Amino acid sequence: MKKLTIAAIAASMMATAIPASADLAIPLLSYRTGPYAPNGIPYADGVEDYISMINARDGGVGGEMLKILPCETAYNTTKGVECYEATKGEGALVYFPLSTGITYQLIPKATADNIPIHSMGYGRTSAANGKVFSHVFNFPGTYWDAASIIVKHMMDVENGSLEGKKIALVYHNSAYGKEPIRTLQELSAKHGFELVLLPVDHPGQEQKSTWLQVRKEKPDFVTMWGWGVMNQVAISEAASIRYPMDRFIGVWWSASENDVLPAGDKSHGYKAIAMNRPGTDFGVYRDIQKHVLDAGNAAGAGDQVGSVLYSRGVLNAAYLVESIRTAQKIHGVADITPGMMRDGMENLKIDQARWTEMGFENFTSEINVSCENHGGPGLGAIQQWDANSGTWSLITDFVGSDRAVVDALIEEDSSAYAAENNIADQCS
Amino acid sequence: MFFLLDPFFYEIVISGLLAGVMYALVALGFVLIFKASGIFNFAQGVLALFAALTLVGFQTGQIPFAHLLSVFGFHVSHWGSGFPTIIALLFSLLVMIGLAWLIVQIVLKPLVNQEGIILFMATIGLAYVLEGVGDLMWGANVKELNVGLPEGPSEFILDTTDMFIDKLEISAAVVAIILVTVLTLFSAYTKMGRALRAVADDHQAALSVGISLETIWWIVWSVSGIVALVAGVMWGAKSGVQFSLSLIALKALPVLMLGGFTSIPGAIIGGLIIGLGEKLFEFYIGPMIGGATENWFAYMLALIFLLFRPQGLFGEKIIERV
Repeated sequence: MKKLTIAAIAASMMATAIPASADLAIPLLSYRTGPYAPNGIPYADGVEDYISMINARDGGVGGEMLKILPCETAYNTTKGVECYEATKGEGALVYFPLSTGITYQLIPKATADNIPIHSMGYGRTSAANGKVFSHVFNFPGTYWDAASIIVKHMMDVENGSLEGKKIALVYHNSAYGKEPIRTLQELSAKHGFELVLLPVDHPGQEQKSTWLQVRKEKPDFVTMWGWGVMNQVAISEAASIRYPMDRFIGVWWSASENDVLPAGDKSHGYKAIAMNRPGTDFGVYRDIQKHVLDAGNAAGAGDQVGSVLYSRGVLNAAYLVESIRTAQKIHGVADITPGMMRDGMENLKIDQARWTEMGFENFTSEINVSCENHGGPGLGAIQQWDANSGTWSLITDFVGSDRAVVDALIEEDSSAYAAENNIADQCS
Repeated sequence: MFFLLDPFFYEIVISGLLAGVMYALVALGFVLIFKASGIFNFAQGVLALFAALTLVGFQTGQIPFAHLLSVFGFHVSHWGSGFPTIIALLFSLLVMIGLAWLIVQIVLKPLVNQEGIILFMATIGLAYVLEGVGDLMWGANVKELNVGLPEGPSEFILDTTDMFIDKLEISAAVVAIILVTVLTLFSAYTKMGRALRAVADDHQAALSVGISLETIWWIVWSVSGIVALVAGVMWGAKSGVQFSLSLIALKALPVLMLGGFTSIPGAIIGGLIIGLGEKLFEFYIGPMIGGATENWFAYMLALIFLLFRPQGLFGEKIIERV
């Protein structure tokens, strides 16, 4: 009996030491704990449920099952880097840490290790220049696209001119929050509006002085680059000083149900930029319901399905799955390497017909990544919160950013990075 | 004196004082435990979070550990529409008292007569354990908290003075005044209050005259849990109940440095000075130096006070004769 037990233990140790199959490994650097968990959980659930659905419905991609390597970062940059080091040796195909701080740290490491990063709408904006940042992708849009599209919407509200107007940026006092400043300064010079900068320290639980500054400055619009509790407090404070909600526009990371629900009815009319349509009336949701939720395999409690951040997680996973498919086609092998995954991401093309096949009919914009352009089309739509029905709805079409301004800034910033790090043109 | 003519000056003074009351509410919990047991309770912020999570759970009829139960095949998340607020508050109070008993039995009792630093380290562990248990019990999503307190700007103040003063913060100030009065009277004029102070002075001497250390600690952690519930309600009503609520403890530290770790009125006065100072500095000086000064300015203000009064404004002066 004793020998049998020892043999069983030895066998189980062998089983854990040797991979059971050559599954395609996708590390999921998520945060289900800590102060930013309310945002990290739905995003991670969306990613996991979509990948579970692909495994259950299609048997993986090209016959290869997808395997998630979960690692908890608690939105902590140091832990994020530890997660990267702990998982990269397991065949990690791509990293998407949902943190600008972690992304900044991983850019040189992942590039040296030939592993791509997908910082979808976050991270270093100038990484959109693939000539410099060969392994970083931030499609379908960047912070600078978002800033420009928000300003475009303000112009539409003001009948085409922002001359003499005042716009306040309430931002998380971090690398993330500071990203749009440069673009807004350029747009301020171009359109003649005054820009007022109002930083809020982490975590943003107390913002009384910030909103008194808003009262004093009387801006025509407020835009927000917030995350976590900062968003909820800002919306509550704005409501407390009766700032008109339809003139308060958040970036896509200040655009979830979590941000508006604590303020109750007072958040009615709040606007934010969106990467995709809200709601669950899409084929992909029906497939997730059928193959994952009904089968009792939901990643979390199943209560996040259809929320803004869950949908974004699903979208992120869909881009990655389609990139794997593209990489398999390019290289003619199913069991791709991280380097091949990079090629797949760089050649990712999804038109509306393909989105529809994938179950995302009119869900988001088409995409056509290239060696030079890792930032995607840079489109966004404005969504507005209806507190009565508890739903977001799009109030504009998907529109593009001011390419003249955004592209020039990307070129300027990425060129400086290339010069500092002796990086030659990666596309020539 | 240009700022006296600024129409925003009076509003920022009032807002700063009211914010200070909110900080003081958190600081009070620290003071109570430190005063009675000499322990700096690192877990005070998490206690506030846990209390608020529990209250919302009872209010909304959430089943604790629902996610854990689903692993074993029980897919239930709510048992009904929840308790009315007053019943939910009472049950939350009982939970905090029960939690205090558990903390004393499991964490503190085995550490009687140990160095203060060991007890402090134990509360660090307690903070992380409680945060994890709170997550498992109630989930990590943002929860709306409504206990029926008035919210939004006071119409009367707005009409008469053109100032936006939030009714929730006025309510917090009233609650804090009541709490401080009750706690001060309890500490100074009741037998139990005197016993608490005796334990704080010397554990062994208190034991030798028949004071039960275990009971005293249970009482003080229960009172501190109740204060945490009040702080959790006030802060949670503002921003929703979520895990960042535990970080409000950071706002209490400069208040404690300034007001002293052993004085209940000190926590209030310290809170008011910090709230007022940081708001005035952020509003008038902040824009000149890039803003976001509130976090560090509060500590700077406290450090300046420490230069002149190392024991804080109302702290007990420690004199050790050699």
